[in-house]
Amino acid sequence: MAEPKKTSVLILSRQCPYDGTLAQSAVDFSLAAAAFEQPVSLLLLGNGVLQLLNGQDTQGSSQKNIGKRLSSLPLYGIEKVYVDATSMARYDLQAEDLLLPVEILSDASLTALFSDHDHVVSF
Amino acid sequence: MSLRYGLVVLAAPTRLGNRRAYQFAQALLDEGHSIGRVFFYDDGASTGLSAVVTPQDEHNSVDQWADFGKRHNIELVVCIASALKRGVLDETEAKRYDKNQATLHPGFQIGGLGLLVDAAAHCDRLITFGP
Repeated sequence: MAEPKKTSVLILSRQCPYDGTLAQSAVDFSLAAAAFEQPVSLLLLGNGVLQLLNGQDTQGSSQKNIGKRLSSLPLYGIEKVYVDATSMARYDLQAEDLLLPVEILSDASLTALFSDHDHVVSF
Repeated sequence: MSLRYGLVVLAAPTRLGNRRAYQFAQALLDEGHSIGRVFFYDDGASTGLSAVVTPQDEHNSVDQWADFGKRHNIELVVCIASALKRGVLDETEAKRYDKNQATLHPGFQIGGLGLLVDAAAHCDRLITFGP
């Protein structure tokens, strides 16, 4: 494998947190890309905003707590986490309902976010 | 302009997204582009399962992909974490976890997420199929 060059990746996650493995796979890939020192941003869109809810408790379900994993992203160098305003409004969520400081984007700024990255990987 | 593509397949082999990825891959080569790597991730990892039997009048996606990879010398990588969860094991992993046989089709290889990061870094375009 050649030395990876810096390529910015936007990881788009639209999945509910605990239905299937896709939400966790998006986090796994985010962490892997950050571990290889690639610039990573994470955008939670649609049902994906629910992954960021405060106070997730998975003790009864033996599933990995995705909230805990997401809250550790800044430790791994992933500082840029975005959500879309439309989905936040749909679930009547405010910034303080979420476990990470995020940037809330209008539909117009979503387009800009997409064009600011070399690649988009969509989960 | 000829571009180098990386493909990420999240769709299970029975899903439309998986089939579309295959068709897209073929179309890319027909148009003179190249494919650096196909990375099968999450439910897409089941694509590498060798023991799949399909009725004669249905397409067998594992054989199609394996044949495609071999003919064009394209790396087909199944994500190791996704693969293990879905019972897709190469010889090494089968031994490691004390399972009696390997289930990975020989046309595929098992690899880590670093190979997806590498594909992102070295391909002009990275296209996701599925979920």
